[in-house]
Amino acid sequence: MAVHAETWEEVPLAPPDSIFKLTAAYKADSFPQKINLGVGAYRDDDSKPWVLPVVKKATELLLTDPDIDHEYLPITGLPQFTSAAAKLILGRDSPAILEDRVVSVQTISGTGANHLGALFLSRYYRFGEGGKKVWLSDPTWVNHFAIFRNVQIEPVTYPYYDPATIGLAFEPFLETLRSAAPRSVFLLHACAHNPTGVDPTREQWGQICDIILEKGHYAFFDCAYQGFASGDLDNDAWAVREFVKRGVPLLVCQSFAKNAGLYGERVGAMHVVAPTEEAADRVKSQLSVLQRSEISNPPAHGARLVSLILNEPVLFAQWKEDIKTMAHRIIEMRKELHKLLTEELKTPGNWDHIVNQIGMFSFTGISTEASQALTEKAHIYLTTNGRISMAGLNRKNIRYFAENLDKVVRGQL
Amino acid sequence: MQAIARPLARASPRALSRAAALSTWSAVPAGPPDPILGVTEAFKRDQDPRKINLGVGAYRDGNGKPFVLPSVKKAEELVAGVDKEYLPITGLPEFTQRAALLAYGEDSAPLKSNSIAVTQSISGTGALRIGGAFFARFYPHSKTIYLPTPTWGNHTPIFRDSGLEVKGYRYYDKRTVGLDFEGLKEDLKSMPEKSIVLLHACAHNPTGVDPTREQWIEISNIIKEKSLFPFFDMAYQGFASGSTSRDAFAVRHFVSTGHQIALCQSFAKNMGLYGERVGAFSLTTADPEEKARVESQLKIVIRPMYSNPPLHGARIASTILGTPELYSQWEGEVKGMAERIISMRDRLYDNLVAQKTPGDWSHIKSQIGMFSFTGLTTPQTKALAEKAHIYMTADGRISMAGLNAHNIDYFSESVSKAVKGDL
Repeated sequence: MAVHAETWEEVPLAPPDSIFKLTAAYKADSFPQKINLGVGAYRDDDSKPWVLPVVKKATELLLTDPDIDHEYLPITGLPQFTSAAAKLILGRDSPAILEDRVVSVQTISGTGANHLGALFLSRYYRFGEGGKKVWLSDPTWVNHFAIFRNVQIEPVTYPYYDPATIGLAFEPFLETLRSAAPRSVFLLHACAHNPTGVDPTREQWGQICDIILEKGHYAFFDCAYQGFASGDLDNDAWAVREFVKRGVPLLVCQSFAKNAGLYGERVGAMHVVAPTEEAADRVKSQLSVLQRSEISNPPAHGARLVSLILNEPVLFAQWKEDIKTMAHRIIEMRKELHKLLTEELKTPGNWDHIVNQIGMFSFTGISTEASQALTEKAHIYLTTNGRISMAGLNRKNIRYFAENLDKVVRGQL
Repeated sequence: MQAIARPLARASPRALSRAAALSTWSAVPAGPPDPILGVTEAFKRDQDPRKINLGVGAYRDGNGKPFVLPSVKKAEELVAGVDKEYLPITGLPEFTQRAALLAYGEDSAPLKSNSIAVTQSISGTGALRIGGAFFARFYPHSKTIYLPTPTWGNHTPIFRDSGLEVKGYRYYDKRTVGLDFEGLKEDLKSMPEKSIVLLHACAHNPTGVDPTREQWIEISNIIKEKSLFPFFDMAYQGFASGSTSRDAFAVRHFVSTGHQIALCQSFAKNMGLYGERVGAFSLTTADPEEKARVESQLKIVIRPMYSNPPLHGARIASTILGTPELYSQWEGEVKGMAERIISMRDRLYDNLVAQKTPGDWSHIKSQIGMFSFTGLTTPQTKALAEKAHIYMTADGRISMAGLNAHNIDYFSESVSKAVKGDL
């Protein structure tokens, strides 16, 4: 009966997104001791999603405010939100802000920021002899590849993680920065690298910056964990601020999914640091055009919550406490896991990386086969690259995890 | 750039990088202000106490204030304590199911056979964008979409940026200030077979001119003859006539007579959820297996753009649609909004006639929905902005919702003067 019965006949079944697939498998599993170490979403010590106390307060304020409506935001988002977000990442005294050189656009969380930044570069960046490419760390968040390909920028990788040391492959990283064509675009994780948890030291950042300046490269910062890495917001923003100070051309993608626990409300921003105020105006006008033809204007609710949190001193102080609560619980889990593996179970290998790595994730260093065995035999869900979300561990399940990790390392699972 | 680079060749690395920095965005041209959203910006800058904003299509109550629907307020309280976890890529399942039900109706065959592929979207704009990208990638027969002339200003950039070619078909007749039905039919008949045709499901934006039921039936027949693909944009369900089922007539007629369709839905206007960005994109498919394949590819479109959609608005909409008392309360509120607009149309018409304004103004009453294509020329709209502090888009489109008992007399007097050249 349908006119075009064959219209969608050839549409192939796409493979499910790997991380969402993992969560789906976890949900379907009825094993009582199952553990989900897949998605990077914070869980409290009872494995429950945690709505930050400051978010609950802000929600109540919005609900009882008679002046709050659901009107359209401007194309570039809620101004009180975007300017506060810029100050948060760049520092309130940032020369770029004081000189009106920062263009801030509210986006659909970090993904939206990455997409908009990538799209803008795709349209307007004058790629040099290297061609229309972006350099991504090896490894990086899996969605980075799709984001750039989607806007016709070819992703290539720079050495980042060294499996031998379970740390930073620093010299090869620097070498790639040096040998890349001038004016290449490099994606850098501002802090708490996803998936490895391995961050450069400040000294190392300085050297990275030196070469980027020499070569005229463009820094595409992705900052999804500010506050989560060390527990201190300013500390975690150091690399971005240093690069701004030294005049590196850059943009920064910012997400409030993790540090404000606002995942599904999709709160984010993308800031382009332009060389002049005049350039910033032109850039802003074009970002608006791009935003308009995709979403028109961004979602209000989450931005209103974050705006309250960032702009009200009492709420801001509460937020910092809530972040510390999360960051410290994760650090406790790292210490506990390290202790179980090294002191109690005496698991073969060096496990110091568990405490040295930063942020929500840990690259355990185990193989794909071992990761799969953990899932299949022990009902422990993690990505096949051996990455675990530390937030998925708690005092009730950490022993079960440690024991099975120990077994799989020994080949006994 | 060579001229700048050479003198700096012996400069320090920092100066070189400064040059590189200076040159990074030097070629970025200034983008034009958005024609629709730019109207509100101009309005905001105006200090005159008599100013009226008839630009953006956002409903205003009888006092010119934004209207938070009471049913929305109730739903918001109900969803306040829920968590903030990520939604699936295609959004809140209860929302998408209920949105599809609202549009297609419970008797819809593809709905009953679980063959409608549906995803939550960033309001109507996002739905159009997802649809555009999906068609550019997977519609096998054409990469051209035909839009009515005129259409919402953002349609063209959305579809172009999605990778489709954009063309027009005749729709509005300036002379009659009504539908150019003969022109429309001719253009449908002369389109290449299997082209994609965008149809405004109800309350055409910007004209407010809708086909009658009989005309829709003819349009459906021609589209079927030519195997054209109907791509519906429904941003005003409930808002046009006051009845959600009535306003879905065209969509439901097409589906029940065997067309496969694409549908974009927005809850911006009918639930007043504008800034929360609540919408859905759907495709009727052959069967659940095809639905699964299509949805899997919709996810591939969405994931690299924004991963998953926002919670808040979808939870509100879903709660309203899923709670019988809230649902009927909401239907009453939509009817109330539509009726206030209809009363403004009546009053505006009466005023213009009373002031002996040259021309036939009956289109004000026959047009449907939030907008009216007044027929005012661009110079007239400009004069209205500059001299009378009345803001509308340059094509003479006014948002009826911006009119109320307090400003309608000032508005009609000013329009009358503008038409007479006395402003």
